[in-house]
Amino acid sequence: MMRWNMKIKKLKEFLKIALNNKMALVGMVTLLFFILLAIFGPIFFPFSTMEFGEVEDILLPPSAEHLLGTDDMGRDILANLISGARISLLIGGVATAISMGIGTLIGIMSGYFGKGIDNLLMRFTDFFLVIPWLPLMMVLAAILGTSLWNIIFVIGITGWAGTARVVRSQTLSIKERQFVERTVSIGASNTHIMVHHILPNVFPLIFANTVLVAAVAIVSETTLSFLGLGDPATASWGMMLHYAFESGATSARAYWYYLPPGICVVMVVLSFTLLGYAFDEILNPKLRGR
Amino acid sequence: MGDDIIVEVKDLKVHFETKKSLATDLFHKDKKPLKAVDGVSFQIRKGEILSLVGESGSGKTTTGKAILQLVKPTGGQVFFHGEEIKSRDKYYMKGFRQKAQMIFQDPYQSVNPRNVVLDIVAEPLDVNGLVKTEEERNERVKIALEQAGMIPAEEFYYRYPYELSGGQRQRVVIASSMIMEPDFIIADEPVSMLDASIRTGILRLMMDLRDRKQLAYLFITHDLSLAWLISDRIAIMYLGKIMEIGEADEIIHRGVHPYTKALTEIMPTPGVNNRGKKRNVLPGETPNPTERINGCKFFSRCYRAQEICKNENPDLCEVSPNHFVACHFAREL
Repeated sequence: MMRWNMKIKKLKEFLKIALNNKMALVGMVTLLFFILLAIFGPIFFPFSTMEFGEVEDILLPPSAEHLLGTDDMGRDILANLISGARISLLIGGVATAISMGIGTLIGIMSGYFGKGIDNLLMRFTDFFLVIPWLPLMMVLAAILGTSLWNIIFVIGITGWAGTARVVRSQTLSIKERQFVERTVSIGASNTHIMVHHILPNVFPLIFANTVLVAAVAIVSETTLSFLGLGDPATASWGMMLHYAFESGATSARAYWYYLPPGICVVMVVLSFTLLGYAFDEILNPKLRGR
Repeated sequence: MGDDIIVEVKDLKVHFETKKSLATDLFHKDKKPLKAVDGVSFQIRKGEILSLVGESGSGKTTTGKAILQLVKPTGGQVFFHGEEIKSRDKYYMKGFRQKAQMIFQDPYQSVNPRNVVLDIVAEPLDVNGLVKTEEERNERVKIALEQAGMIPAEEFYYRYPYELSGGQRQRVVIASSMIMEPDFIIADEPVSMLDASIRTGILRLMMDLRDRKQLAYLFITHDLSLAWLISDRIAIMYLGKIMEIGEADEIIHRGVHPYTKALTEIMPTPGVNNRGKKRNVLPGETPNPTERINGCKFFSRCYRAQEICKNENPDLCEVSPNHFVACHFAREL
């Protein structure tokens, strides 16, 4: 029981600092809004990609009946946008988790074992770091085929290299600390040291990195979908932009079709970026403004 | 003598390769190894405190780490309970690590700042899978903490290291070392980072544990008067070699080696009359440990240095029972 009390106390302290930081506050509120929208929105605004409207409903401007107008298939754009939030955040979240998992594992192993293993893993990382990720994702997505989980996999597997680098450098510094040597001297295994001593100490860094990787993941999803590599059966924001472009909504000046998904992507990415900078400031007291 | 020798070190050597530079590679100059420990031998008996005294860079800490195989020795042997330490044998090392513990110099660095006291102290148990239930774990942590003078123990369970004072942290580290009930402890300057007011408490605790459990200590320090106060025997180290080893009182009062004499000379002695007394301060600086010295390591700073000292390395010889000195003129001094 005491243990949990301590954790809750720490979380409260963290929240207190976070709420005093304006960037973090704006980021958290925006993100929370979209998360709630993604979870509960589709209950109130049901949407299916397969249900088309009547001919007279096509590309209607915003009105009382359709708050954000309709698209080229006569579907309600607000409902599409809301269900798109679910898909976009799902892709962003799971792809980020994959990226962070791979990046952390490779970074810690590389930094901790050093020597040959470090060299091998870091050359592998460099490969992913320098290869242009957009063409790589496009090729992978084209080969694997367009499904929701393939898109997640492709984004996840291309975005971990930066994290691995950062985690490795932090691991190098932590493994020289005396408590690691002391843990060796009580007979701990490498796995124990990596899991119980290195990981908790690189965690703040991983945490701060996660939000930035998430921002990139969401942009990546939008990009891939816009280029036509998304899952046609899903209603992500990227797919909306794709259809808006394909159907000529942009030249038809149907701003209500292409603006909302674009704005949503920008807002989510911006909120992640704000959070990232704020975490950096919180975890790095040197950057804190006076 | 005999069976109660816990640790025996024979001709221990730790040489570090110095970094290769382009220049040395180009000119085929042979790389000079840094001889941190260069042929150290001693024994520690049950319930005995041996102090390893020397200035910074003399290889005391490296000696300690080499005994525990935290640094790979490049030569010599270490025996534990009469058996040579098999650093490649994982099963053997697991047992050895439980029986030989190290207390590090800096209590601020030697505990993970993200763990609470309970987990820090219990870690050796967890790592070696020695307890089955939560109650057993808590019970043993409680005993260890109370032994280390953290009373009431429960109050400290969920504190983070930053919530403790330096002395309390060192007590936590000691508790964590004691929980395994080791036979041998290497204490690397355990009080040098602490306030003078806290030192006595920690030292008393360590001596108390020695008396109760008959532990063997290797006490590493640069403070000769501290070594005199707590240890049974003292070994004086200089540039990776033992210059003189013997009973604590013998070394302090009847030290033979010129280096020992230089050290005892500058030991602070209380008393009004000593004020302004002229002391012989050792001239010069410690030579670079990568330098190749064929003769006596202390040659460059010794007032008695002769030709033989330059060319021949003196071995330890017994000047009186259990008192060994490495000097060519040991019997004349």
